[in-house]
Amino acid sequence: MDLQTPLAKVRGLGSAKAGTHHFWMQRITAISLIPLSFWMVSFTRQLLTASHSEMVVWLAAPVDTSIAIAWIIAAFYHAALGLQVVIEDYVHSEWLKITSIWLMKLTFFFFALATIVAIFRISLQG
Amino acid sequence: MVEFSLPKNSVLKKGKEFPAAKGVVNIRRFEVYRWDPDLGENPRIDGYDIDMDNCGPMVLDAIIKIKNEIDTSLTFRRSCREGVCGSCSMNVNGKNTLACIKAIEDYDGTIKIFPLPHMDVIKDLVADMTNFYAQYYSIKPWIDTQTPAPDRERLQSKEERKKLDGLYECVLCACCSAGCPSYWWNSDKYLGPAVLLQASRWLEDSRDENTGERLDELEDPYKLYRCHTIMNCTDTCPKGLNPAKAIADIKKMMVVRQQG
Repeated sequence: MDLQTPLAKVRGLGSAKAGTHHFWMQRITAISLIPLSFWMVSFTRQLLTASHSEMVVWLAAPVDTSIAIAWIIAAFYHAALGLQVVIEDYVHSEWLKITSIWLMKLTFFFFALATIVAIFRISLQG
Repeated sequence: MVEFSLPKNSVLKKGKEFPAAKGVVNIRRFEVYRWDPDLGENPRIDGYDIDMDNCGPMVLDAIIKIKNEIDTSLTFRRSCREGVCGSCSMNVNGKNTLACIKAIEDYDGTIKIFPLPHMDVIKDLVADMTNFYAQYYSIKPWIDTQTPAPDRERLQSKEERKKLDGLYECVLCACCSAGCPSYWWNSDKYLGPAVLLQASRWLEDSRDENTGERLDELEDPYKLYRCHTIMNCTDTCPKGLNPAKAIADIKKMMVVRQQG
């Protein structure tokens, strides 16, 4: 039986004292991705025509290595923040929501880590 | 999880028909959602052909005509009939509005009238506002000060008063909240555009001394940040207000106090 007052239900567990950082970082990463993605497009365009050795030399340049890693961090961080919102919107069972958000975040963290390791390997070999 | 289809007991059925009397020439058809909790039946759509030569110009006039002259069992809220009380909020031809300030001539053909979407229905066009009002109460919509009350009214400059324009006019009809998809999915936790506009009204009030605590209460992924700037609220507001901007202003305050 549910005899809780409407106000008690609405107030629930109170404010989580979080949200602004998520909101702000989503916008910061979105804006960062605009210039970084110009670089990414030019990188992808070269991939279509350049040889493997030319690409290795290009990616190994310190500026390109740094921008590639910055893009990876911004893109995966932005994607994780966005997917978190989608899960929070549509998954209402608390345990399923918490589990799926953390599974998603850890998966994205692993992908980002693996990509950065790959970039370093290319960069150090070049 | 979110449900994308209606439960079986909410599927609409065809209801009764009320044709116009013989000889009536200027006819407008109204289809109205009907549901009576005492009957234990599915909701139905009743059709009414209204004699427009003997009906007022607004959608609410037609609904009142139905109740007075055709079908007294039709249930709805109304009071002021001039867009001030916010009682007659309902969904007309797919968009939430106040029936009293919406002209029939603004629509072509059949006018379809439903209760506010995604709220529990008490009967016919009467939506259950319990959660909505509790949410409104939760943001403490009253002035909160530490300074002892003055002997006369609290002073406010013209510039300070101007900040309340576009906020104080809200009549709490809930058209915006009931039109917000984010509120549909999470109305148990998300405060919704109407209540956030009211929160903004008190955050902007120069006489209030509780801004920090008010922001503390809203600092939450659900209460405030379920707003995804969909803008249905601003699109549907029958009073022409901009709840989306009010919410954006609250987010701006949050960022400024953290980053500023």
